[in-house]
Amino acid sequence: MPSTQLETGRPKLETDLRSLAQDIVRRAMNGGATAAECVVREGDEFSTLVRLGQVETLKESGSRSIGVRVFNGQRAASTYSSDFSAPALDRMVKSALELSKITSEDPFGGIPEAAQLGSLTGDLDLYHEDVYSLPGPDRIDYARRAEKAALDFDPRIKNSEGGSFDAATGHKVLANSHGFVGEYRRSYCSVSAVPIAQTEDGAMQRDYWYSVARMLSKLESPEQVGKVAAERTLRRLGARKAKTAQVPIIFDPTVATSILEHIFEGVNGDSVYRGASFLAGKLGQKIAGDNVTIIDDGTIPGGFGTSPFDGEGIPTRRTVVVEKGVLNSYLLNTYTAKKLGLKTTGNASRGLAGTPGIGPGNYFLQPGTRTPKQLISEIKEGLYVTEFLGHGANLVTGDYSRGASGLWISGGEFAYPVEEITVAGNLKEMFFNISEIASDLEFRGSVASPTLRIDGLTVGGE
Amino acid sequence: MIKPSLADKQRFFFDHYGVTENDLEHYLGAALSAGGDYADLYFEYLSSTSLMVDESMVKSASQGISAGCGVRVVSGERTGYAYTDDLSASRILHAARTAALIASAPAKTPVAGFQQSAARSLYPVTLPSVDAEITAKVELVMRADKAARAYDPRIQEVRASYADELRNILVVASDGTFAEDSQPLARMNVSCIAKTENNSARGGSGGGGRVALDFFFGDKNPEFFAKEAARQAILQLDAREAPAGEMEVVLGPGWPGVLLHEAVGHGLEADFNRKKTSAFAGLIGKRVASEGCTVIDNGTMPWRRGSLNVDDEGEPTQETVLIEKGILKGYLSDKLSARLMGIADTGNGRRESYEHIPMPRMTNTYMLAGQDNPEDIIRSVKRGIYAVNFGGGQVDITNGKFVFGASEAYMIEDGQITAPIKGATLIGNGPDVLTRVSMVGNDLKLDEGVGTCGKDGQAVPVGVGIPTIKIDRLTVGGTAKKDPGGFMQ
Repeated sequence: MPSTQLETGRPKLETDLRSLAQDIVRRAMNGGATAAECVVREGDEFSTLVRLGQVETLKESGSRSIGVRVFNGQRAASTYSSDFSAPALDRMVKSALELSKITSEDPFGGIPEAAQLGSLTGDLDLYHEDVYSLPGPDRIDYARRAEKAALDFDPRIKNSEGGSFDAATGHKVLANSHGFVGEYRRSYCSVSAVPIAQTEDGAMQRDYWYSVARMLSKLESPEQVGKVAAERTLRRLGARKAKTAQVPIIFDPTVATSILEHIFEGVNGDSVYRGASFLAGKLGQKIAGDNVTIIDDGTIPGGFGTSPFDGEGIPTRRTVVVEKGVLNSYLLNTYTAKKLGLKTTGNASRGLAGTPGIGPGNYFLQPGTRTPKQLISEIKEGLYVTEFLGHGANLVTGDYSRGASGLWISGGEFAYPVEEITVAGNLKEMFFNISEIASDLEFRGSVASPTLRIDGLTVGGE
Repeated sequence: MIKPSLADKQRFFFDHYGVTENDLEHYLGAALSAGGDYADLYFEYLSSTSLMVDESMVKSASQGISAGCGVRVVSGERTGYAYTDDLSASRILHAARTAALIASAPAKTPVAGFQQSAARSLYPVTLPSVDAEITAKVELVMRADKAARAYDPRIQEVRASYADELRNILVVASDGTFAEDSQPLARMNVSCIAKTENNSARGGSGGGGRVALDFFFGDKNPEFFAKEAARQAILQLDAREAPAGEMEVVLGPGWPGVLLHEAVGHGLEADFNRKKTSAFAGLIGKRVASEGCTVIDNGTMPWRRGSLNVDDEGEPTQETVLIEKGILKGYLSDKLSARLMGIADTGNGRRESYEHIPMPRMTNTYMLAGQDNPEDIIRSVKRGIYAVNFGGGQVDITNGKFVFGASEAYMIEDGQITAPIKGATLIGNGPDVLTRVSMVGNDLKLDEGVGTCGKDGQAVPVGVGIPTIKIDRLTVGGTAKKDPGGFMQ
């Protein structure tokens, strides 16, 4: 388990960027700001795409940027720059101070209180230099192997958008005028394949698969990725439309994740205080069935949503968002917490400029005990959704309508692929109608869901 | 050959970063140091402003700059790319040598002397809005807030934002290309939430273009956008459930042109067709739409959000016929696809920023007006929907399936527009949806200027337009069940 001990103001690593961030904060304060916050980001990226065995693109670069947010009493403004020259940084600080004269007094504005600031200690297992350890030709080979595994899998796979290998590292520093300064590094690598299968009549289908990890040694083999990509593509061949009907629907984990994200958007403090969420005012109330428990945890070592502190310098934490169907907590930053008379949950996300937003840690639905296969075997006539197209969720009303494709289920088994259909309902009811949650929880990003069964939705087709 | 005089142009990177023509030739030489067919440099200096009012307070204001240079080396079908956010000679040379790693042959020399691209002036702004007084921009968002709230007491939450930018670019290439441009872009957005005791709904509106600040003090002022957003929110309070299944669909003029962008536009981008991954591959000269449909992509429309004097490879933009009277005519191309496919470069090579590799992208995509009176089109529908406003859309270019989400739509029953319906996704198949267009209105309208298109993680501003059209059959993704007598609630 991660330690949640705090280490406010006890810097471990001294770097130029760290003192630069502190210096910018000092300059803003000397220029008349009543509070200030500076963020510095730098990153490196490598990506390569191999198509039909040949290298198509090779990209390698790094960049950095800096942003400052100042408060002039209750007035806030922010500026940013990719130019780190002395005159550019001077201009950045001066412009922020100037801009803060034209914004409004907001009684809830400000940076967090000093006592709340801090950073998780201990190794969060977020950074591994091995993502860059492969020599150039081997990186290309990763991409090539993933694509080849897909192309070799079946003769109906005749074309490809390629195989890719990506690696990236990022370094983030945050400092503020309460003396907080923190920094962390994160690494990332991924391998993917996007094969195209064709039927005899020429109709094409495309799908993809990928593996992503914080260290190279945890990445799935390119062969495995290529094989799964091929299987996912082949099962779409010969897709037809379905009849308009209300049937039980099983959502595979890649699409179930996006359904779970609607609850995230719904408990986002920014939507809640504006009443722009179908979950606003529902704290302590049932919003889903007893089987639904949703956790947000920014502290899981090695997690894709893990960081030692949030975008405002608040240590990350574990929050039970929904417990057995009851809405237990919103997800908040300092501003939205003040607006709602609550405490921040350490979910501030911060870009270079603007006010902090709200982002997930590792956000997931607790898995059940049964396998996806068991869930499917119980359905006489129904739909298994593998892909959504478009957005189509209205968070204010809960109205939900999306394009979809997948497999028709008949007699407990996959019968044939379907496409050009819609799935519609209302989010307020949908989460009560999650009748089954499978056991297959796996993180491929900061949001994860097991396979789900939801009843009562309308399939639109012929 | 005498070099054309570059001295009379505004030379942003020469003046601000001390770049010289000799430097540019030197960088291109480094890019071709390991061979390659082509190399280019894309210098970018982007300054931007944004403001947001919420709860009648200006809660955020920000300004920033982002500058850098991207170096590309092309060798056959291979592209090497590297960039730097530091415009010093040593960093640009480092990027050039990194990009050069894509090739492995004897060094090549770029052609001597740059040839300035023929310059249009589609957005001759004297004072770029990014340099205009911030107080005038504050006035815009505050006026929008006030107008939306004044529209109806049920409007209880209003957010209005204003954002502008000025992008200075310089593109030079080993084939002698030399192009500079200064590209303004501004937009306003208003979103509202209407609330009653037991109901709430949202509405949104916005617009802009490659315009100066005075644009928002004319017809398309804050009150215009605010009233439109408020109107939609109030309307949605009484919306019925949308129907589900296939039916006749009438699209209103303007932003519903997003249909063309998703259903055909992306599928006609040359890169997908070169790789034969598009459902439209091999269909040139074939019928893909009904006789009444002529679809154009046009990057040369003055002041438009999707327009450019030159694309991000330094090529002048143009008007390209994609579909003429239902027959597929051509693709949208960049330099790489043009060379590899042996087709003309249509000036559609675009990129999000210096960090990105250019690729074929749309500019302003629209359908030409037809003969039909819009009222007659509505009257011809027995039972269907009339969709006038949309959110975004998405397409799978390989199987051709596309969606676009209606945000304001009505039932049509016996030739009459009846009740408003809730938002619903429409889904169809790109290569045949336009073959089902049976009527084309005489009322072509372009959108207000808020479109942003995403492809391979790169966002670029675009425009769309369409007259009122009738599609005989399209799947509507509502929740209401159909019964033999009509639509049930």
